Amino acid sequence: MIVDRLDRPPPGLEQRTGWGVKPEGACRGDVCVPLASPFDLRDLSRRLGMALVHDEQHGVWALGPDSGGRALHTAELPDIVLPDRNGEDFSLRSLRGTKVCMIAWASW
Amino acid sequence: MREELHPGLEVVTVALDTGGADAAVPWIDHAKTTHPALIDAAHLLDELLGVVNVPTGVWIDERGMIVRPPEPAFPWRPRALPEDVLAALPAITVEQLDEAARMRIDPDAYVAALRDWVAHGSRSRYALAADEVLARSRPRPPEESRAAACFELGQHLHRTGHADDAVRWFREAHRLAPDNWTYKRQAWTFADPLQGPTPEYDSDWLTEVRKIGAENYYPAVEL
Repeated sequence: MIVDRLDRPPPGLEQRTGWGVKPEGACRGDVCVPLASPFDLRDLSRRLGMALVHDEQHGVWALGPDSGGRALHTAELPDIVLPDRNGEDFSLRSLRGTKVCMIAWASW
Repeated sequence: MREELHPGLEVVTVALDTGGADAAVPWIDHAKTTHPALIDAAHLLDELLGVVNVPTGVWIDERGMIVRPPEPAFPWRPRALPEDVLAALPAITVEQLDEAARMRIDPDAYVAALRDWVAHGSRSRYALAADEVLARSRPRPPEESRAAACFELGQHLHRTGHADDAVRWFREAHRLAPDNWTYKRQAWTFADPLQGPTPEYDSDWLTEVRKIGAENYYPAVEL
């Protein structure tokens, strides 16, 4: 995710990664990883194995997903909300109760 | 397929297109979809689920549990184009189609598995237990996290009017995750819609596919 400052948790961090910053540290489910105080995104990056890449020219960073395991850390589908062709947000969770075959494709 | 299996199954398509609605909507409208057709301009599925190529399928059961992680998903075998249509295409596209015809896919087996799951639910042998889903999920070493961050920088710069500056980040993502076709093809498309050789990138679709063999472009699906 794109971030423009390192001194606070990026908005949407928990929704995007599953990791929320709490008083105990960075937490996902029952797991919490202590963080340094005051908050520094570089510290979170190191502790969770989330790559933090800086484009100095444009003054932005990008935070990658946590690493060291696999792309899926749980078989529960993440809360995926994406727009349809009209720009209306659609939540995959709205399909609970139905079997779903999700197909990723591309115009390229 | 959707019409056959609905309402026992809902199909959701997701376009992985940095170009967003501009890139995806013409295709969605042409297909006249009756199912949810979503647009993932940020390539979130790459990061959240480990999608690295298209078309990729993910099965989710009624409880919201993934029962098949991302894997190649072809509901049908692409038909060969008529000669008169081929004759009107750019030469590079004809070469690409020729290579694509050699790709290893098994739509019949995939659709049969899907039908079985719709009919039998969790009792279907094609519905995987959670631990098997995780075991089959793509490994994510540190370089993959860095590749994702670099690709995201590239997307951000491309979208904010700095397409030239995006290239170095796309190139770095390609270097770090060489088997991620999503990163490659999305970036190549910006330099050349036909994904041919360009000065911006060290390779192109045909060269890379021929390097590994078209039959290896998609991994075999362990149904």
